[in-house]
Amino acid sequence: MTATAPAPAPDTRTTRTYEAYSHSPWRRLLVNREAAIIGLLLAVIAVALAVVPNFDSPLTVTYLLRDIAPILLIALPMTLIIVTEEIDLSVASVVGLSSVMTGILTQAGWPFALAAVTAILVGTLAGVVNGFLITVVGLPSLAVTIGTLALFRGIAVGLLGTTAITEFPEFWTDLAKENIPGTPIPGIMIPFAVLAIGFAILLHFTPFGRSLYAIGLNTEAAAFSGVDVGRTKFLLFILSGTVAGFAGVYFTLLYSNARGDNATGMELQVIAAVLLGGVSIFGGRGALHGVIAGVLLIGTLGSALRLAGVTSDIINVITGVLLVLSVVSASLLAWLRRRRISAIGKKKGASAASPPSP
Amino acid sequence: MFTQHRTRRLGMALTAMAAAAALTLTGCASGGDNGGGEGGGDADLSVTFLPKNLGNPYFDTSSAGGTEAVEEFGGEFAEVGPSEASPTSQVSFIQTAAQQGVGALVVSANDPEAICDALDEARDAGVKVVTFDSDTNPECRDLFINQATAEGIAKIQVDLIAEQIGGAGQIAILSASANATNQNAWIELMEEELAANHPDIELVETVYGDDDDQTSFDKTAALLQTYPELKGIVSPTTVGIAAAARYLSTSEYKGQVALTGLGTPNQMREYVEDGTVTAFALWNPADLGYLAAYAAKALIEGEITGEEGDTFEAGKLGDYEVGPDATVLLGDPYVFDAENIGDFDF
Repeated sequence: MTATAPAPAPDTRTTRTYEAYSHSPWRRLLVNREAAIIGLLLAVIAVALAVVPNFDSPLTVTYLLRDIAPILLIALPMTLIIVTEEIDLSVASVVGLSSVMTGILTQAGWPFALAAVTAILVGTLAGVVNGFLITVVGLPSLAVTIGTLALFRGIAVGLLGTTAITEFPEFWTDLAKENIPGTPIPGIMIPFAVLAIGFAILLHFTPFGRSLYAIGLNTEAAAFSGVDVGRTKFLLFILSGTVAGFAGVYFTLLYSNARGDNATGMELQVIAAVLLGGVSIFGGRGALHGVIAGVLLIGTLGSALRLAGVTSDIINVITGVLLVLSVVSASLLAWLRRRRISAIGKKKGASAASPPSP
Repeated sequence: MFTQHRTRRLGMALTAMAAAAALTLTGCASGGDNGGGEGGGDADLSVTFLPKNLGNPYFDTSSAGGTEAVEEFGGEFAEVGPSEASPTSQVSFIQTAAQQGVGALVVSANDPEAICDALDEARDAGVKVVTFDSDTNPECRDLFINQATAEGIAKIQVDLIAEQIGGAGQIAILSASANATNQNAWIELMEEELAANHPDIELVETVYGDDDDQTSFDKTAALLQTYPELKGIVSPTTVGIAAAARYLSTSEYKGQVALTGLGTPNQMREYVEDGTVTAFALWNPADLGYLAAYAAKALIEGEITGEEGDTFEAGKLGDYEVGPDATVLLGDPYVFDAENIGDFDF
């Protein structure tokens, strides 16, 4: 249920170190997983700029950010959820459902803004369903969201069948594709930046955020220290549903296309990026800047490789290998560290046992 | 302290390794492309094919036709595409082509609307857009290469069945689903064609196999039992014709009841070889790709703009004229029979 912290060898008392505070602040800031991912991202960008033709055009930035915006958005609440050692697999289905709602309501003659807000609320409602089943009924989130993944997708496809709604007010579709004036950065980055700052403050600078790490590390301990675990998780799933609903509206406008099968499979892209960004699937570890860098890394690598004429299968292979490497390196490091600590612990234990006699 | 240093260094090393791996891959990949980009830049005849998905024999054939044409006129051919044919999966490839500034993009659209904006942006960036096989909305592309008209498809099937049953007798139609737009349009035109030119042929019933193999198979069996005098079946859907052929080939009606319609060579090969089916129709995807590539060239060179009445030359296929709605028609459907089926693999 909870991640078993590396079992300390019985004689670690003398060698126990406090990981987080054993280095100077600048080292803690610069030498960690998040920094590694950001460094890798910068390296990929630098190499792509140097060797991939046309990568330096402003179109690259526009297209790249526009296409990964839904993933960036959903990755924010997903990070919080995974930090508490839960998971939400239904996000892509919520995107599809919200997209279909936007389409149906617009077609029914609702003003677009109202249709969009309703679609976002449908996302919120989907989050409430998930949250209720997970925290009130007490079912595991993996099982619940696999179920709602099928359920929400089923409702979305059922509402629209195999048809697509493609007529949306031009004002809104243009707005979704508009760049921030004078820059190649798409306008969607403004709401994203606001949300990212909001989520970063929530996760890293509030007691609520600290309680998420506490829950992820040890649910019982968190509960006994006064954290309302159920309510906290409920809130997270509602946030996740709402943001996915918003991403659904954006997705619909971006492609002028409301279909039941929109964004199929996106949940795995989101989770892959979150894990690549250094969030532990066992909870209790991770930071938002790493996650954002993770999403950007996958997006940039894909964009650069596509520009270089690499086929999508190979791009998938490279992204997959990168993800596996990042997970393996983390586990390998932890394993090596445990071995080192226990080996040194034994040595020190032995040397500590003999001298004190005099 | 020592421990900490060691693991940290190892961590850095691993990260560096991962980075190096990713970069090497990026480097290799782009190294191969540099030549292509330059070549395309010189001639400005770089043509990128974007089929609905890769690994689809139909589009492999059309891309082979495209490659042949592009090599003939000395351009640069590239094929890109998603691994699955979902509505929005083509967008990133269109964007990439726009960034690369290719001369023309030849697309078979997975969705008439979803890729429209991306195509418009590519055209703004100077890329000519030709659609083939599946069109987008007419305002999002410069030219559509139409594989066949509904009239042409209806006529060839009626001609084939008339020839195979000797111009007289009962026939039935095995269609897709009852509300399939394409099939219904063709069936209506076939009925007109039968009434106008083949008064001795009686269309007794149209049944619907829902483009499901088993349903189509069962409907074929039911047709043959209901109409013992039946001389021929027309199936204007690839699923239907294959299922009907499978039933006929193992039944007593093999060789007695004629079967034709729209099918693909790979599905129909064994039934043509064992004599169940004499001939069936479809267009030739290789010619379709070939023509699309030449149309792209004509657009890049400014020979045509997509205006009705523009003409251009398409290598071995001869001259073509742009029709209404910036559409170019490939020609009459192609008839596959025992003679030529071995030349095709799709």
